[in-house]
Formats: sequence, structure tokens, C-alpha cells
Amino acid sequence: MTMQAEWPLQSASSIGPSVDALFMCLLGITALVAVAVASLVVIFAVRYRHGAKVDRSNPPVKMRWIEIAWTATPLAIFLGLFAWSSILFAEFYRPPANAMRVHILAKQWMWKVEHENGRREIDELHVPLGQPVELIMTSQDVIHSFFVPAFRTKQDVLPGRYTSLWFTATQLGRFNLFCAEYCGTDHANMHGSVVVLQPAEFAQWLAAGPATEALVARGFEIYRSAGCSGCHEPASTVHAPGLAGLARRLVHFSDGRQVVADETYLRDSILLPDKDVVAGFAPVMPSYQGQLDEEQLSALIAYIVSRETQP
Amino acid sequence: MSAPAAHFETPQNRREAAELGIWVFLATELMFFGPLFLAYAAARLSYPEGFAEASRHTDVVIGTANTAVLLTSSLFMALASRSAQLGRRRAASLLLFITALLGTAFLVLKAMEYFDEWQQHLVPWLDFRFEPGLAHPASLFYLLYFAMTGLHAIHLTIGIVLVLVFAWRLRSHSPASMRLQIENGGLYWHFVDAMWVFLYPLLYLVERA
Amino acid sequence: MSAEPSRAFHPESYLHGGDTFVSWLTTRDHKRIALLYMISITGFFFLGGAAATIIRLELLTPNADLVDADTYNELFTAHGIIMVWFFLIPSIPATLGNFLIPLMIGAREVAFPRLNLASWYLYTLGGLFVLGTLIAGGVDTGWTFYAPLSTLFSHSHVELAVAGVFIVGFSSILTGLNFIVTVHRLRAPGMTWFRLPLFVWANYATSIILVLATPVLAMTLLLIVFERVTGIGVFDPALGGDPLLFQHLFWFYSHPAVYIMVLPAMGVASEIIPCFARKPIFGYRTMAYAILGIGMIGFLVWGHHMFVSGQSMYASVVFSLLSFLVAIPSAIKVFNWTATLYKGSILFASPMLYALGFVGLFTIGGLTGLFLAATALDVHLTDTYFVIAHFHYIMVGGTVMAYLGGLHFWWPKIVGRVYPETWARIAAITIFVGFNLTFFPQYLLGVLGMPRRYHVYAPEYQLLNEFSSTGAGILAVGYLLPLIYLIWAMLRGAQAPDNPWQATGLEWQTPSPPPQENFEETPRVSGEPYAYETPERNA
Repeated sequence: MTMQAEWPLQSASSIGPSVDALFMCLLGITALVAVAVASLVVIFAVRYRHGAKVDRSNPPVKMRWIEIAWTATPLAIFLGLFAWSSILFAEFYRPPANAMRVHILAKQWMWKVEHENGRREIDELHVPLGQPVELIMTSQDVIHSFFVPAFRTKQDVLPGRYTSLWFTATQLGRFNLFCAEYCGTDHANMHGSVVVLQPAEFAQWLAAGPATEALVARGFEIYRSAGCSGCHEPASTVHAPGLAGLARRLVHFSDGRQVVADETYLRDSILLPDKDVVAGFAPVMPSYQGQLDEEQLSALIAYIVSRETQP
Repeated sequence: MSAPAAHFETPQNRREAAELGIWVFLATELMFFGPLFLAYAAARLSYPEGFAEASRHTDVVIGTANTAVLLTSSLFMALASRSAQLGRRRAASLLLFITALLGTAFLVLKAMEYFDEWQQHLVPWLDFRFEPGLAHPASLFYLLYFAMTGLHAIHLTIGIVLVLVFAWRLRSHSPASMRLQIENGGLYWHFVDAMWVFLYPLLYLVERA
Repeated sequence: MSAEPSRAFHPESYLHGGDTFVSWLTTRDHKRIALLYMISITGFFFLGGAAATIIRLELLTPNADLVDADTYNELFTAHGIIMVWFFLIPSIPATLGNFLIPLMIGAREVAFPRLNLASWYLYTLGGLFVLGTLIAGGVDTGWTFYAPLSTLFSHSHVELAVAGVFIVGFSSILTGLNFIVTVHRLRAPGMTWFRLPLFVWANYATSIILVLATPVLAMTLLLIVFERVTGIGVFDPALGGDPLLFQHLFWFYSHPAVYIMVLPAMGVASEIIPCFARKPIFGYRTMAYAILGIGMIGFLVWGHHMFVSGQSMYASVVFSLLSFLVAIPSAIKVFNWTATLYKGSILFASPMLYALGFVGLFTIGGLTGLFLAATALDVHLTDTYFVIAHFHYIMVGGTVMAYLGGLHFWWPKIVGRVYPETWARIAAITIFVGFNLTFFPQYLLGVLGMPRRYHVYAPEYQLLNEFSSTGAGILAVGYLLPLIYLIWAMLRGAQAPDNPWQATGLEWQTPSPPPQENFEETPRVSGEPYAYETPERNA
């Protein structure tokens, strides 16, 4: 097994330096506490060893003020760390609007990657330098986890739903990609690499090579052949919600709940149409469970998402 | 072998220990049912239609009758406890017997219901059949239905055996000496009853028009 | 258990009066049941340790030289299941707790002696299922049994292993129930709640967790078996289920389970440190409240195992806050142990070495937990060797160290014999060094991104893995030493005095080994716990 990647001491993504700063700060605090406790234990142990002639008068058995002090001080520090960490963590959930979307399908034991134009790769992910990339990920069997140590990012990849993760690579090169969630026999061999190229080089790479039909175009084929268009086109006689501009919009359900229409919502609507019925519509749509495979679903959803701007 | 020490200072002490023991045990029991209720909630939230439709296939007549039977049994159990406290041997014995009888009636009705469901292909792993679109969620509903009612039935069976043992032992033991056992057995019986009171609406009454 | 001449001093000892095999297997004496448990968990400890040894040998090189992928997966699963459920969870409560709680509160027995014996039989039955699993060919899901890997995809003996864990769960519940009622109802006159030794407090809080969390695990595992057998299930999304539901239920048990493992260890340290500092424990009440605080908040932090699982961001943030909060009572305990040493008169007997080792290793384990409580850092560190190092510092550095400290502290009381002190000190130091050499490099491996549960790994991780495996060798020797000299002491050691450490606490006021009924007459308690007098006050 050979991997040329370096130790990911230096982060190679836009969020990396912020994560590392928090890490170093926490490392400093904890090291200080550890050294302080260890020193005190050693000093007391030596100074007050049995037989040593030292002042042992009035040994304290409890001191309210000092106990309050060493409760309140960690509390204040912890709240600060919590706030810092949470603000950073929220960043992980806000992909930039111009992010390039790539679809990832995990299976025992490989990573299948499909770019928007239909270019596919296995166990490798090519991305351009400095360009935000959002991965739309699902699994075809068990839970996996997409982990690039150099990017300081990780996200479990689940069957039956989409999870996403974004990063902006800030260094050229090849970086380890690991599966971090134990997924069966060859878990340890479910690794690959992320290759960061100059944008021009990436464009070249993307255009070259054996491309299948573009994802959205394949999705449109399925949209027609599976019968979605029969009800969801504006001209249809069936009263079904329109799909243009649906993605990322707030959807209201008949039971009063509302949700932002993300990939997982679209997936559920195709496979479990009864779960969330859009307000004002009857639950008449049949389930497509078992009729579309994961790759067809990805394409169909990519097509629906692409209709953001189309009428 | 060391004989079990008389480690309780007083009978009062022993009574309190047994009582606390049974309450802790019931807390454990409640947590044991917990994941089933949570799984039910999660599944029903995902498939409201499927659960409503599957619930309409349960036998609400038997379900309701059984609820009445079990609630009545709890009343007799409480009366048996009271009789034991008052030292009325015959009354306590008879009331315990009626309690066990009602419990058994519940199980018989439940068995009939299971049999019907088997004939209607509603047992998820024995040739399950359901309306095409809803087969999947309905099978989930029935898996949970059999898990929950089955677990309840096991508990009830244990309760019936306990109550019959108490009734039998009352022949040779004084009600005063049996009072503690009967009271704690009663707490268990009421717990099993209360579980059913939760199961009944969840399984039988989902959007039943 | 043949009678030695020296035993004549204590003819009524619990080790006497029924020396047959059957009398031991039908005993209701909490002290004998503690010994039965001790023998069983020692067996499982070395079995789990053997699995760990093969794992560390395999990881000496980046390639699969020693075992193949499936075997490796079965090994770490066996290691996890055995160490968590058959060693760590019963370790201190079922052995030292069983032996000492009635003695410490001045009772003759636990509240329900027959349930106590039943608990050991359930443990044994569960253990047989796990041994059966190993003989049948093992299970490869990881001790976490994550669905859907465990439900539809694993072809190993999941049902058998789950049955073992399910059964041993009931043994935990019976132990917990027994302790709760015992502490509530059987305290000697004058033994008020705030005169209880902290060891009793710790086991009391542990028992509450055992009773409330274990049944959730039992039912969750039952649902896994349903799913495997019927092909219909609530966890696998292909069947319409939700795999995150499994993780929530599993960690609802398994995070409090961490406190089941470490609270009793804190209790042991709180007994040993004041004794060898010849000083009352610092801030007794705060220590007791901290135990209860950990027990309660511990129920609300399970979601910190799931920051990258796909659970909602808001849930993660709330769980992160609660996880920071649960660290505070632990911090208070560390500070109070340290303050107990101040102006003490410190003796470095072997139990004290283990207890100080516990404080140090637990502190490192606890502090590194903060990295994992911080969501933004956990994203990078979770599922790497950082997590492995963190929980081994807590559970092995913490719990096992304290368990050994407790064994050394109370061994003269338990067997009535003295062990060789020099060997005990050598073992304590060997274990401390071996432990750090094994697990500290794993923190670095985690920071560098090495995922857990890998039998082959990128070559740049090799050097640190070599350090770790070398440390494991030293650690193994360290663990074998007490096994040898403690058994030797039991058979050949010199007669132990009733109170070799001049310790306070009711267990020291009865002969070593204690008589069957613990006390000749029920003790009356009139003073505070840990009433140690510092000698040479103004020397």
C-alpha cells in the first residue's frame, strides 16, 4: 500500500487555519493545566512526604472560596471555548453560494465520484485550487465517512439520505482520503486521494477523459422516462407541485411543518412521498422505492436542483 | 455454605427494602420499553399514512375489550392488596384468583387476535401482504406491534404466575405474612396494566375514523 | 481454600465454613460472590488483553503481516465487547463494590443476596455466549454494532454476541438494584448520607446509571436481532428505518456507561489518597455532589459521539455545551485530590502509587476529552486514534489503574494476607510507563489523521505505531506481575493485620479476612468520614 501524501501537519483548506488555531489554543490551555496539576502533585508529594519536617499546621479540609474559584474558572474558559468552537462549526454548514458541486457515492469499499459534467472517477477526487467545492454524498450500503485529514474535515456518509461537506483547497498536491467509519472487511483499504490542481489544469482535466453524459442531462432522461414529467410539468392535468426553482426554497407541509428543500428532502419526496405532503396537495404520488438505483436518483435530483433558474 | 444472614434489623426495614427494590425494578422496566416507543415515534413520523392505514387493520373491538379486561383486573388486584392488609384470607385469595383469571382472559383474546392477524397475512415475517404502496411502512408498524404487545404479553404471563403463586401460598400462610409480596406484586401488575394503556391508543387508535 | 494454620486466629472468616466447590457456587455471601466475580473478570481481562496483544503486533507494520482483514476486525470487536461489558463495567462495582459496600456502611449483607448470586450466574451465562461467539468464528461489527452493518451486511455471529451482551446487561441491572437498595436501607445507625465513604457514593451513582441505562441497550440490541431475523427493521434505511436512531439509542446507554466505568474508580482514589496522605479528603461534600453531577449530566451528552453522523447542527451544538459542562465536576475532583495532598504526611505505599497514577492519567484523559467536546475539533479528531487514546486514558489509565490500586489497598482485608510491597511498586511503575508509551503516541496518530479500526495503514504512521506496540509489551508484563504476586500472597503471604494502613472506615474495624456476618455487632457511627490525624503536626 503506497500513499505519497505528507503528514497533514499543515492544513490545506480554507477552514484549516481556523481549526488549527482553536486546536493550538486548547492545547496550550490543557497543557498548562496538566503541567500545573502534575507539578503540584509532585511538589506536595515531595514536600509533605512522610517524615519530612515541614509546617503542617492547620491543614485545610475545605475552603469554599477556592472550590468556587476552581469551579467558576473552568466554567468561564469552557464557555469561551464552546462559543469559539460552535461559531467555527456553523461555518462547516454554510457552503459558499458559488461552490462547485460534486456527487459522491460510497460503497463497500470504494468512493465513486461524479462531476456535474458527467466525468467520473473512483477513489480519486480532482478539485481546482481556491474554488469552494460542495460534496453531495450518499452510500449504497452501510455507513462510511469521508475524511481528508489535511482539510480538517470529515462527514459520515449514510445510506438512504444525503449528507454534504464543503471545503476550499488552498494547496496544490495530493491528499489522503480515508473512510473513517468502520464499514466491514476492507474498511482500511477504502482510501483514496484528493488531487488539487490549478484551475486551468482542472478545467482541462475535467474536459478530457471519458465522460458519460452530463449528470443533469441523464437526470432529465429519467425525469421523462420514469414518468415524473407526466404530473410535475406545469401543463399537466394532475395537481402536483411544480419543481422549477424548488431547490433551496422553504416548503410548507399540510401538517404545518416547513423545511428547506435540500437533497435529502427531494430524495424522501421521491422514495417516501407520504412522509412530507406539500400543503395544498393530495398525497397521490406513488413511491419510487426500489425503482431507481442510487446513481439514477443522484442524476434525477441533480436535474431537479438545476431547475432553480429555469421556468 | 453460609446461611443467608438475618441482615435486616427489623421487619419494617425489610419491608422498605423490598418496596424500594420493586420501584427501582419498575424504573428499569420503563426504560426497557423506552426504545420501542422511540422507534415507534420515529417510524410513525416518517410514515404517517402507512401507520394510519396499518392501524386500521388492527382489531379495535378485541383491543378495546382487552383494555377493559385489564383495567378491571387492576381493580381486583388493588382489592386483593387491601384484603391482605385487612387480614381477610378468603377474600384476598378469591380476588387474586379473579385477577389471574382476567389476565388469562386478556391473553386468550390476544391469542385470538394474533391468529386472525396471521390469517390476514399481517405477520411481517410470515407471508406479509398489504396494499402495494403501503406494504413497507405497514410491515414496520406490525413489527413494532408484535414486539410491543409480545413483550407486554410476556410481562403479563409472569404477572399471572405470580398472582397464582400468591393465591396458592395464602392457603398455608397468613395474610399478614403475605402482605408485602402481594403489595409489591400489585405494583408490578399495575405497571403492566399501565403499559397497555399506552400501547392501546398507539396501536389501535391512529387516526381511526 | 484449605485451611492454613494461621487462619486459626479467625475461625469464623468468610473463607471458612464450607470449603467445597458447591458451597462457593451456591453462596449468598456478598464477599464470596465478589471473589467469584473477581476470578471471572480476571479471566476475561486477560482474554481481552490477548486480543489487544495480537492487534498491537499486527500494527507494528503498515501491512497485513500477521492476520487478515476479517480476523483483525473480529479481534478488535472481541477486544471491545470483552473489555467493556465483561471487564470494565463489572470490574470495580461487582468485585470491590460487592465486597466493600456492606462492610463500609456497617451492614451484614447486601439487600438481596440471592439476586446478587443470580447476577454472577447471568454474567457467567453471558460470558459463555461470548466465548461461544469466539469459538464459532467471531463477530466483526465492532463493539458498537452500528446498523445497518450489523443488521444486513455482517455475516458473522452477531446474534450470538448480542445475546451475550443482552444477558450480561441483566447482571448489571441486578447489581445496580442491589446496591441502590442496600445503600438506602441498610446503613448502620449513625451512618448518614454525608458520612458515607466516597467509594459508596460513587457506586451508588453508578448503580443508578446501571439501572436506568442498561435496559435501553438491551432493547436496542433486541431490535438489531429482530432486524436480522425478520428482515424488517427500524434501523436499516433500505427497510425504511433510520440508522441514526440506532446511534442515539446506543449512545444513550454507552455514554453513561463510560461513567459506570470511571465513577467507581474515582471512588477508589478517594479512599486511597486520604489514607496515605493521613488527611481528610478535601471538600468531601463537593466531591459527593460532583459524583451525582457527573451521573446526571452524563445522561445528556450522548450526542457528542455523533457530531459528524448527520445529526442536526443544532443538536450537535447543544450536546457540545453539555459535554463541556460535564467536564467541570471531573475537574473539581482532580483539584480536590491534589489539595488533599497539601500539608499531608504522604506515604508512597503501592496503593498510593496506583492512585496517583490514576489521577495523572485520568487528568490527561479528561483534558483531551475537551478537544472532542469542541465540535469544530471533533470533526477532525473523531474516529481517529485520538479517540482511542482518549478513552483508553480514561478507562485503562483511569479505571484499571484505580482497580489495581483498590486491589492492593484491600487485598490484605480480602484474603487476610500481605503481598510483597517491592514487587507491587515495580508493577505500578511498569504499568504507568508502559501505559503512557502505548497510548500517548496514539494521540499524535489521531491528530495526524490515522483512522481507527485500520489493520493496514499509510507508512508515514509506522514510527508512532512502533512506539505504541513496544509500550503494549511493557504494559502486558506490568499486568502479569500483580496476577502472579497477588495469587502468591493469597496462598503464601504473611498474616495481615486487621488494619494494615491505619485507615478509617468500618471495613477496617473488622478482622482480616472478615467474618461471615461482617461484624460481631452492628457498628454505630458517630463521626465524619476520613477522620485522619496528621502526625508531626508542627514538626
